[in-house]
Amino acid sequence: MKNAGILMILGSAMLVGLFFFPMWNIRLGAPQYPEPLGIDIHVNGLRGESEFDIQNIDGLNHYIGMKTLPKPEDMWEFSVFPKVVAAMALIGIVIGILGMFQKISPIWFIVWFVLMSILGALGIYDFNLWLVSYGSDLDPNAILKLVNPDGTPMQYNPPLIGHKKLLNFDAFSYPRTGGILMGVGMLLTLVAYFLGRKSQVTTK
Amino acid sequence: MKTKISLINTLFLSSLAMLMSCGQSGDSGSSGALGSSIAEKVYVAPGERDEQYAFLSGGYSGNLTVYGLPSGRLFKEIPVFSQFPTSGYGYSEETKPMLNTSFGFIPWDDLHHPDISQTNGELDGRWVFANGNNTPRIARISLTTFETEEIIEVPNSAGNHSSSFITENTEYVVAGTRFSVPVPQKDMPIKDYKSNFKGALTFIAVDQQHGHMDIKFQLMMPGFNYDLSHPGRGKSHGWFFFSTYNTEEANTLLEVNASQNDKDFIAAVNWKKIEQYVNNGGGTKMAAKYAHNVYDESTHTATSTIKEEVLTVNPADVPGAIYFLPTPKSPHGCDVDPNGDYIIGAGKLSANITVHSFDKMLAAIKGQKFDGDAYGIPILNYDDVLAGSVQSGGLGPLHTEFDGRGNAYTTFFISSEVVKWKLGTWEVVDRKPTYYSVGHLMIPGGNSRKPHGKYLVAMNKITKDRYLPTGPEMEHSAQIYDISGEKMELLYDFPTHGEPHYAAGCNAELLVNNSKKIYRLDENKHPYGITRPSEARVERKGKEVHIYMATIRSHFTPDNIEGVKVGDKVYFHITNHEQDFDVPHGFSMIGQGTSEILIMPGQTKTSLWEPKRVGVWPFYCTDFCSALHQEMQGYVRVSPANSNIELSWSLDDE
Repeated sequence: MKNAGILMILGSAMLVGLFFFPMWNIRLGAPQYPEPLGIDIHVNGLRGESEFDIQNIDGLNHYIGMKTLPKPEDMWEFSVFPKVVAAMALIGIVIGILGMFQKISPIWFIVWFVLMSILGALGIYDFNLWLVSYGSDLDPNAILKLVNPDGTPMQYNPPLIGHKKLLNFDAFSYPRTGGILMGVGMLLTLVAYFLGRKSQVTTK
Repeated sequence: MKTKISLINTLFLSSLAMLMSCGQSGDSGSSGALGSSIAEKVYVAPGERDEQYAFLSGGYSGNLTVYGLPSGRLFKEIPVFSQFPTSGYGYSEETKPMLNTSFGFIPWDDLHHPDISQTNGELDGRWVFANGNNTPRIARISLTTFETEEIIEVPNSAGNHSSSFITENTEYVVAGTRFSVPVPQKDMPIKDYKSNFKGALTFIAVDQQHGHMDIKFQLMMPGFNYDLSHPGRGKSHGWFFFSTYNTEEANTLLEVNASQNDKDFIAAVNWKKIEQYVNNGGGTKMAAKYAHNVYDESTHTATSTIKEEVLTVNPADVPGAIYFLPTPKSPHGCDVDPNGDYIIGAGKLSANITVHSFDKMLAAIKGQKFDGDAYGIPILNYDDVLAGSVQSGGLGPLHTEFDGRGNAYTTFFISSEVVKWKLGTWEVVDRKPTYYSVGHLMIPGGNSRKPHGKYLVAMNKITKDRYLPTGPEMEHSAQIYDISGEKMELLYDFPTHGEPHYAAGCNAELLVNNSKKIYRLDENKHPYGITRPSEARVERKGKEVHIYMATIRSHFTPDNIEGVKVGDKVYFHITNHEQDFDVPHGFSMIGQGTSEILIMPGQTKTSLWEPKRVGVWPFYCTDFCSALHQEMQGYVRVSPANSNIELSWSLDDE
């Protein structure tokens, strides 16, 4: 149970990485952008991968009537997410410590994992909603008004994950260090649960 | 004399004919396979980049051209001494001061000899210096922006030709006069030239942080023609060597009268000794007007200051600092090998190359073995300083560079070839024809302690049939040779712009990572620059109208302006608000008596327009900036001079 507790502490502590590293990244490359433009999605806001990338993406997006990319104060998520992440990390660490000293059952590990998974899924759902609204809520006076073959207006939301062609741009959307650390951390808590349960069974 | 020359000619022509026939038979034997492997050596596939930069002087274009090696592709023409409508250099209000001189605004010069800055005798990639030959000037070009940042005029000089070569830590950029002149200038008979004219050799100190130039001293030498120069390096650091011709001091029909002495001189100048003399208060201040023009990257603006005084040094006052090395046949090139052991004088009317030994020179000076003096400057014995003579088999040697592997390469103008020879043994190793009449050659780093001896570029004076004909006037031709092997191999032939004299080159990695992509808008300190479109406005000061304008893809802010009157001077101060690489905007106004301006991201430039007719006049962006570039336009309403329409401006009626 001691090792399981340590794993639980470690796994939940890895959420803290989200405060230092981007969670997700969207990169836009095109023939005339051999060095792609990139948005790093941090838990508390968007940042350009290079200094002027946000400004330059906004500059390009104005042709298709997209809103400018949100500042931290424009989206509640950027103030709530950090609090949720900090709270979950803290709770996870506390659970891990209690587990280490066998004050609580490893069941709490899986409870934490499930809760974190639900929150994560909600986060991804919310992220996707934003992508869709961002890519489809276009200025009716946009300079370029493009339609799909079926006549519906073209949407420009980047993919949730993976690659998508957006006009001349190739959009790539993948987790980055912060997100990967979070994923690995969550896996560790799951391992902690099984490890904890196993040691419980053997000690009983 | 005549018979001798014709004998040399005959000998030479027959030997050249033999060589030519050898080369041809070799080529035809395996032209297919050989041809394709040569093509691969210069082929830089789409998307790939060249190994080296080459900065070729533009000669009478007044500008500097940037090429890639081995492809021979032209990357940029950097405006230096000439107005350049492509960017607005010399036309925009900010850059007009760059071309100011003591003679007023001079829109042109003859750019000759680029030289890249050095540290410890190796190229450091900070700046390129270049000389204006006609109205003597030295320019400094930044190798982060690839723009001209500074131009200093050189007083008491005329035909600023033995310039702009630098010492091995860029302590000085040196400018020697080709034409000797009265100093100070005065009204006097031309025929009184002899012993009355002076030849100024100017040492311009370079500030190591900003590169700013300041004339430290001018050495007032006898009235010879100072043709080319090079610094000592390594053991000979602290000396500078100048080739001379017309030691006869002829003032007319120089082609004959300046070719009478069998030997002219290479002047060896111990500049460290003179520097010390000057630092200790030596030298004479004299009144001299010259312009010093500095471009400030943060204000994007040049200022021109007229200086009033220069420090001159009389050689007689610093004994032991200057010596003359007799050198046959009106030497042109005066080159120093990478170790600093040898000073190579290319007697341009000679068949042979004269090599002086620095060690022997020091020994002769120590032994006080002189062969008389010229105007008090000791002349060393030719035989005492001679290291060797290259029996070249060619005619008309001009300029030598080095590969860092103990070989030297000399151009021969008259016999139109490059000759490779060995330092120390003086034996000729190889020779290859050039097309035609090569002037100078360049090996990247070939004028430093550490040459990158892979490619050699020969810059020719005559093109004739090398390319598709374009009428009587055509670009000059250049050839690239692979010099990595024992024998030189001709790789490629490409036209060059203007008339390249010297060139300088370096490995690409020295510069690529320092090359700027944009100017930061938040560092723009232009007095008329605006960092937000909301600051766009129009102000009137009497007859002057100042338009503070912003550009971003793809509109001008403002783009509708009213209240301008006939007779106004309208200044468009345009700030490019882009912060994206390679998104310039241009500006031009109908009926404007100047060029367009091209504004880089984050930069502010000013274009002056003096409306002469009532009407509504359009302006537009001249650089295809985006898909909506054609929409990037605006109007200025011009009312009669006595109209009382108030100034107003708008974008999208706001």
